Amino acid sequence: MNSVAQTFSTAALQRNPAWAQLLGLCPLLAVSSTLINAIGLALASTFVVIGSNVCISALRRIIPDAARLPCFVLIIATFTTMTTLVLEAFAYTLYIKIALFVQIIVTNCMILGRAEVFASKQNITATFFDALGTACGFTLALVSLGVVREILAYGTLLAGAHTLFGPTANNWTIQLMDQGLLPLAAYAPGAFLVAGLLFACVRTLRSFKKIPPPKSQSLIQD
Amino acid sequence: MADLALLLIGALLVNNFVLAQFLGLCPFMGITKGYDTALATGIATTFVLSFSALCAHLLYHGILAPLGLEYLRIILFIVVIAGVVQLVKYYLQATSPVLHQLLGIYLPLITSNCAVLGVALLAINANLNTLETLIFSLGASGGFTGVMVLFGAIREVIDHDDVPAAFRGTPLALVTAGLMSLAFMGFQGLAG
Repeated sequence: MNSVAQTFSTAALQRNPAWAQLLGLCPLLAVSSTLINAIGLALASTFVVIGSNVCISALRRIIPDAARLPCFVLIIATFTTMTTLVLEAFAYTLYIKIALFVQIIVTNCMILGRAEVFASKQNITATFFDALGTACGFTLALVSLGVVREILAYGTLLAGAHTLFGPTANNWTIQLMDQGLLPLAAYAPGAFLVAGLLFACVRTLRSFKKIPPPKSQSLIQD
Repeated sequence: MADLALLLIGALLVNNFVLAQFLGLCPFMGITKGYDTALATGIATTFVLSFSALCAHLLYHGILAPLGLEYLRIILFIVVIAGVVQLVKYYLQATSPVLHQLLGIYLPLITSNCAVLGVALLAINANLNTLETLIFSLGASGGFTGVMVLFGAIREVIDHDDVPAAFRGTPLALVTAGLMSLAFMGFQGLAG
């Protein structure tokens, strides 16, 4: 049981895909202008990471070694397609806002990276917890950026919750301030600036806790 | 004619793929340690991006749309991109060993560059015709290359600056990109 917890926490914190390895920056910056958009994409990514990695782990003895990368990419693309179809059917308003970034989950190096390094070598249970950890780590990054940007830009939290959770969420919006402190945070420059500042904060926290920076791994070697 | 010019300027500057639409950030943050590598990556991406957007457009309207299989577009496009990357690699290997040596190591990375898939998908969503797709993808990749080169040149300088330890490297690069993005916001209103 201990090893499962360790696999999870290493994947989520020490090797956090966004803050430690700089993977998946495009969706991280693009959809984090409000918390609900961030949660929507986090759920979609979670499904794809877990589904595709477990699937790859189950098929690891069948997939020929020489053709493994194309096989992994096709499996990931299949799960991405399923996610887009489900979102389109059940959360159309949200889907319209983040459609492009749900579709390009397939090119998120985080997923292919875990498939190559972990899922193609380990059993299904270990892979599940590694994928869950990776997904939680990515969710953590998305949510933290989403919270900071939404408060800065609009002074609210959970605005538009009904686009993801349906009519029950109509009055979930929390109004913290009458208006945002920094409307720029909703736009592209704000995303870069807030992410840069958050990055510096995370790094300072890690240096207090003496978490060594991960060894950089290059995924694709020619 | 005016429409095409607007489309080009729109993709090149106003909706710059890196600084306004957040596509292709991995190479933008990862590879632009210097001017030369940034330029090489930009050129290789331009080849692949334009060619694969065109192929994706033709295959989508030639095969998927008539058969009603539009939902398979992600799977088809990712295969097309991987194929184009391999083709470009073999072509360069056979015709220009110098260029192959220069661009070779950046080519496989392009498959996982989300700007390439993003352009193909955006062109389909906006219902562009073949010529418009070509112009749009040239504008997009031109904008990508330009910003990569600018940022590579800036990073050559700022990587040696004396900044607080917490900001060294990526955080400073992100803040710098934010300032560049602010400058690019000035292009808004130039073209629809």
